[in-house]
Amino acid sequence: MLDKISRFFLPPAKSTFAPSVDNLFSFITLVSLIILIGITVAMIYFMIKYRKRSDDDVTSLVDHNNALEVTWSIIPLGLVLIVFSWGFRDYIKMFTPPSDAYEVNVTAQQWLWKFTYPNGKTSVGKLYVPQDRPVKLVMKSKDVIHSFFVPDFRIKHDVLPDRYTNVWFQAPDTGRSQIFCTQYCGRGHSDMLGTVIVEPQSKFDGWLKEGAGGKPANMTLAEFGKQLYASQGCKACHSTDGSRVVGPSWKGLFGRKVDLTDGSTVTADENYIRQSILNPGSQIVQGYPNVMPTFQGQLSNDQIDGIIAYIKSLK
Amino acid sequence: METAAANRKTVTMKVRRYVMPEHSEKNYINQEKGLKSWLLTRDHKRIGLMYFMTSAVVFFVAGLLALTIRLELWTPAKTIIDAQTYNEIFTLHGTMMIFFFLVPAVPGILGNFLIPLQIGAKDVAFPRLNLLSYYLYLMGVIFTVVTILTHGVDTGWTFYAPYSIKSTAAVIPMTTGIFISGFSSILTGLNFIVTIHKLRAPGLTWGKFPLFVWGIYGTSIIQILATPVLAITLALVVMERVLHVGIFDPALGGDPVLYQHFFWFYSHPAVYIMIVPGFGIIADLIATFSHKRLFGYWFVAISTLAISFLGFLVWGHHMFVAGQSMVASIVFSLITFMIGIPTGIKIFNWLATMYKGSIRLKVPMLYALSFIFLFSIGGFTGVMLGALSVDVQLHATYYVVAHFHYVMFGGMVIALLGGIHFWWPKMFGKMYSETMARVSWFLIFVGFNVTFFPQFILGAKGMPRRYYNYLDQFQSLHQLSTVGSWILALGFFVMLGYLLHSLIKGEKAPANPWDARTLEWMTSAPPPTENFSYTPVVIHGPYEYQRPISEFQLGLINNDHHGGEEHEIEAPSGSPEMANA
Repeated sequence: MLDKISRFFLPPAKSTFAPSVDNLFSFITLVSLIILIGITVAMIYFMIKYRKRSDDDVTSLVDHNNALEVTWSIIPLGLVLIVFSWGFRDYIKMFTPPSDAYEVNVTAQQWLWKFTYPNGKTSVGKLYVPQDRPVKLVMKSKDVIHSFFVPDFRIKHDVLPDRYTNVWFQAPDTGRSQIFCTQYCGRGHSDMLGTVIVEPQSKFDGWLKEGAGGKPANMTLAEFGKQLYASQGCKACHSTDGSRVVGPSWKGLFGRKVDLTDGSTVTADENYIRQSILNPGSQIVQGYPNVMPTFQGQLSNDQIDGIIAYIKSLK
Repeated sequence: METAAANRKTVTMKVRRYVMPEHSEKNYINQEKGLKSWLLTRDHKRIGLMYFMTSAVVFFVAGLLALTIRLELWTPAKTIIDAQTYNEIFTLHGTMMIFFFLVPAVPGILGNFLIPLQIGAKDVAFPRLNLLSYYLYLMGVIFTVVTILTHGVDTGWTFYAPYSIKSTAAVIPMTTGIFISGFSSILTGLNFIVTIHKLRAPGLTWGKFPLFVWGIYGTSIIQILATPVLAITLALVVMERVLHVGIFDPALGGDPVLYQHFFWFYSHPAVYIMIVPGFGIIADLIATFSHKRLFGYWFVAISTLAISFLGFLVWGHHMFVAGQSMVASIVFSLITFMIGIPTGIKIFNWLATMYKGSIRLKVPMLYALSFIFLFSIGGFTGVMLGALSVDVQLHATYYVVAHFHYVMFGGMVIALLGGIHFWWPKMFGKMYSETMARVSWFLIFVGFNVTFFPQFILGAKGMPRRYYNYLDQFQSLHQLSTVGSWILALGFFVMLGYLLHSLIKGEKAPANPWDARTLEWMTSAPPPTENFSYTPVVIHGPYEYQRPISEFQLGLINNDHHGGEEHEIEAPSGSPEMANA
């Protein structure tokens, strides 16, 4: 019964503490449902049985019953204390990472997630973690408050600009899970997404050692750029179909004259694009806000080449 | 509360029965004419109507914004408006609904209209202050709405720092607007507390209050104690922006979590400002339409005060994953569960009131019964959100959105609608179409559930709130919810239609259409400006339906009047007037 409820309401349980959270969720739902049905049935029964028949109806003069009052205070009290202790026990577990957990640093900024691994490797929008091993995330924000939420793992915590916060999880199975930002952070809030990719330890180790951001041999440079467009968070602010999102669209951008806020006009060539990626504040396109973070140190030269090739292809 | 000792002190008063005409030709609506007589009125009933008009406009506009939000969510990404506009619209919707509709509506409309009538007074204790409260409220509405529109405020109604500081938002004018109307809230609360303490009719002891009076009393206490925190928050924000003292902004060394503590220290008790008077309305409706004494009067009354008090101690349950200490979270969780107990007591007592009653399913009663159902769902899902580990999953998702709409709309708005349908004949002296009112109730009940129930499922599955764009997997539930919002809107348009029709062409209402026993029903419909042509005396409780109506129409014998039936009645002492009697 509890299983059925959690399967109906909740996403698949993919972390070690998810099953207990789900059971509590289902327990509360079930008990609530029973009481709600009780209340509703009583209400409808009274409605029918005691409906007004004539102006001379005599109604009961009983106006209180202390034993009843005590009963319907004590039973709910017992129930909520069970719920409290259950929630309390799992909550402590959720925010007490084991000391041997694998640590990944998380940096949130409007509107992307950046992950830094112990060996210095970084990834944007994709969090790679080893299977069946506790992983602790040490999180901070570069700007406003964000919140790191992985529904499949039943974890969530705010990411603050002035201190580190932690979550941890252990994913028994390989696979992918959705990351959401759940603290409202502006225009791109609903596009501040990411994916957790759980891989077997050996595969994860291989990925970790791989040279950061090289182009796979079977891809053209533009295809590589397209992949980066999605994985590095460019997508949240730049469209490729000419529509206006937060920043200018990339469609037909290459080679076009661009008006800047300082009044000058530049041609969108390779150097302009490179400059805009590494030092976005230096050339702001007229009519757009100065909100793009720098990608200095996050994208390799190969990757920038890929993005430029991709923009060129968007005619 | 009266003590046993006070109970024994009784005085003998000469009273007789006064029967007010069913309709009085000169009443509070037509006694004085002209716009000026309304704008400068000190009559609590007229001020109540002014709150009615203003908050109805606020509700209408904020409701249209909600329809826009739901329509935009018909598809992921853009349906009709862009992300920035969407964010501004949900900010405006939340701010208007919470601060300018939910908080002031019940005390403003029904509180003003009814409290003096229900306690047999001519007006509130400070009529001028009451008018000032209205204008402060109006100024607050205008100030805030203009700020949001001109500055494109897109922070959500919670204005969390540091986003609210960094975005284009004008935090200071914004908070000022809300504070101005907060001042209105404080003054209204103060006015009601003094009125209830000092202006009660002879014999009207605390145990004889209609539950609505208890509800307004509990609310007033919260208004007076919680609202000043909003002023403190404003003062700190101004200090930070003007003097650059780091308080909330991490760029200046402040702590954004502190802002959340301040914000919820006011805004959580504010939830109880919204709902506690609703409890009072529901108790009055259920007793009247069950034609029976309210079961567990003192339990219901005292649970109102218990909820008001505990409401101050649970603000941290908004912050289980915000970065407050674990110990704090645990304590807040425990106290949150304690609020469930008095709330449960109320629901069970209302049910027990129906037992062996003589139940009439008039429109106000339909609202009262739907309140029990919807508010219970709101309460149970509140227990879910109070459970620490489960809240981690559900916090800031649509589950929370659904939960607070069940509490705020399923609770407070439904109670208000029940109250308006109950007291409408008294307020305007007109009846409305019972059939159309049933149609509208049905559409609202169905539409509300179709709109918000799917959001519980969306939220549990992980759909975050305040999302302009969403994953395809959520689309069908979002569309169901949007269809619900159309049914809901249709219900309100039907209501607007028959209420306007009632005002213009409705048949005259009798003074006491529901066969109730409380004082407001003993005067004409609509009441004369001075409420009663005599000084009412109360000897029975508010729900003694088994006694003849004549025993509820007693007044002090006035020297000008002679004849009529005279009684000598021993009434318990307790009200201040009794000392002079």
